[in-house]
Amino acid sequence: MQKTNHSDVVLSVKNVKKQIGGKPIIKNVTFDVYGGEIFGFLGPNGAGKTTTIRMLVDLIKPTSGEITICGEDIQRHPEAALRSVGCIVENPEAYSYMTGWDNLEHFARMQRGIDEARIREVVAIVGLETRIHDKVKTFSLGMRQRLGIAQALLGRPKLLILDEPTNGLDPKGIKELREFVRMLADQGMSLFISSHLLSEIQLMCDRVAIISRGEVLAVGTVDDLLRGTDNYVVWQFEQPDAGKRLLAGERDVRIVPGNEHRIDESVLAGMKDAQITTMNQDRVAALVAKAVRAGIGVVSVQSIAPTLEQLFLRMTEGESIG
Amino acid sequence: MDRLLPLIQNETLKIWKKKRFFVIVLVLLILIPVFTYAQLRIAETNKKNFKDWHNQLVQQINEYQNMLSSDRIPDEWKRSRRIAVQQLQYYLDHDVNPNSPDGVTFTRSFMSNAVTLFFPLLVLAIASDLVSGERTSGTIKMLLTRPVRRWKILLSKLVALTFYVSLTVVVSGVLCYLISGAVFGYNGWEIPVFTGFVIQGSSIESSFVHAVPQWLYMLMEAGLIWVSSMTVAILALMVSVLVRSTSASIVTMMAAVISGTILSSMSSSWHSAKFIFSVNLQLTDYLAGSPPPITGMTLGFSLLILAFWAAVSLAVSFSVFTKQDIMN
Repeated sequence: MQKTNHSDVVLSVKNVKKQIGGKPIIKNVTFDVYGGEIFGFLGPNGAGKTTTIRMLVDLIKPTSGEITICGEDIQRHPEAALRSVGCIVENPEAYSYMTGWDNLEHFARMQRGIDEARIREVVAIVGLETRIHDKVKTFSLGMRQRLGIAQALLGRPKLLILDEPTNGLDPKGIKELREFVRMLADQGMSLFISSHLLSEIQLMCDRVAIISRGEVLAVGTVDDLLRGTDNYVVWQFEQPDAGKRLLAGERDVRIVPGNEHRIDESVLAGMKDAQITTMNQDRVAALVAKAVRAGIGVVSVQSIAPTLEQLFLRMTEGESIG
Repeated sequence: MDRLLPLIQNETLKIWKKKRFFVIVLVLLILIPVFTYAQLRIAETNKKNFKDWHNQLVQQINEYQNMLSSDRIPDEWKRSRRIAVQQLQYYLDHDVNPNSPDGVTFTRSFMSNAVTLFFPLLVLAIASDLVSGERTSGTIKMLLTRPVRRWKILLSKLVALTFYVSLTVVVSGVLCYLISGAVFGYNGWEIPVFTGFVIQGSSIESSFVHAVPQWLYMLMEAGLIWVSSMTVAILALMVSVLVRSTSASIVTMMAAVISGTILSSMSSSWHSAKFIFSVNLQLTDYLAGSPPPITGMTLGFSLLILAFWAAVSLAVSFSVFTKQDIMN
């Protein structure tokens, strides 16, 4: 695997727009992905993630704008540009009537310089040795995912594009994928990973672009983007009314009315009389001590990370103000 | 070119592994014995009624002539019967049996009857899902994101398709000969067949008629079948590029082919129907000297029309395939 300098731009997307049937689907997308970094592409379903990815790999032609991969323009020299890319667009597809090995051989023949040893190597990387000679129609979703990644890695790409790779994976599979992605990045590969789950991206990615309604709202590290977005802190007291009064008395604690917060209902399901607040997390310990001194028993205090929705809300609010 | 060979290998392998060709062979293995049996029954009946094939031919000519004198027969039929009578008479005069019961003659007539419907059907089994199948399975995304230009991918599919169409024609002929030969005997290669009848109105000009050995006639016939099968294959490839689902693509093509067959039998007064490709598929009729579906059609004309349709389909296929957005 070729070591790429971290400052090299591997993928550059400039002012890309796409209209389909006169309707602007992608309004303006601009970002760069550097060598050896894991880049998250975050947006709700229908924001234009897949359309953008399809434009990156020449499945869809942009209406305007420029996409270059390792310096090669995808529209003018698709052959040269695609040589540096491995990708899985949406689901990992394969010819189900052929074996896993036949599938890899099929795609190996489409590119120069991939021999049998390389096929064996990628099969070992994704850990599919025992089943590779079985027909793909007998594969589970997780195995198809692995086969898809093996296929994408065949050509020793500098950029690997994965579209919602955690879809359909169980928690163990997601953890394995995360470690796998980190390993590839450590070897110098750049990874472009799309997702609609902030938590996923947060754990996996160095930098993130956030897309909504066909526009990139922000690009930066996850921490940078989350700065200024308060965590929710959810309190449960033995005496709910007394607890509420206590919280209300604190100047730097804001009680969020039940209909205003954006915490997932499933998270709150088991919490009776929960008080949802936004506050500085450093103050939690002191407040617990104060409650205990006042004779109010604290059942639980829970910090809930901001959701993607919250982030969007803040960004779109900022937009309308600024 | 060296980059194209592995792609052609890919496409050929995929069609093979989809077991499409096995289906074709299976269909042939079932249908040919059925037709062979039917032919055997006819031969047996004829043997019972006529001791000599000359008598049978004379009887047939008489039957046709009786029909010609009837008022209830449409003119169109009369014209073709009149031509048939003249041809049979020609065979009788030259002491050649046009329906000699042997494997080669059976194969010749089977292939010629199969050209309008049976061969197109077999070709569609391979051609209809070449591109739409990749869309349905989603593998088109993998195929088109490899560092290969799109026209090369479509070209490799076209080459693989040509290979299988040729194979289908050859295998049909060989299987037909082997199966029918077991019943009628494996001879008949040298029997003369008359070709070169020129049809003018309701009479035939026999000055160009000449006898060719049946093996040569079979080769010419196979060549013409290949041309019409390839035209159907190229059209099916275009439909497969344009239509997203494989079943829609098969239905579209079948409708086109079948409507051509129906039009052939009823379009004597609608002259511009001769520009429709499926009316021109029965190329082997020109060889046998049967009257064309629409007066004025010749072998050269039909070849030209088929070539035109094929060229337009190729142009459409390539320009759409190389430019279209892959949305699903």
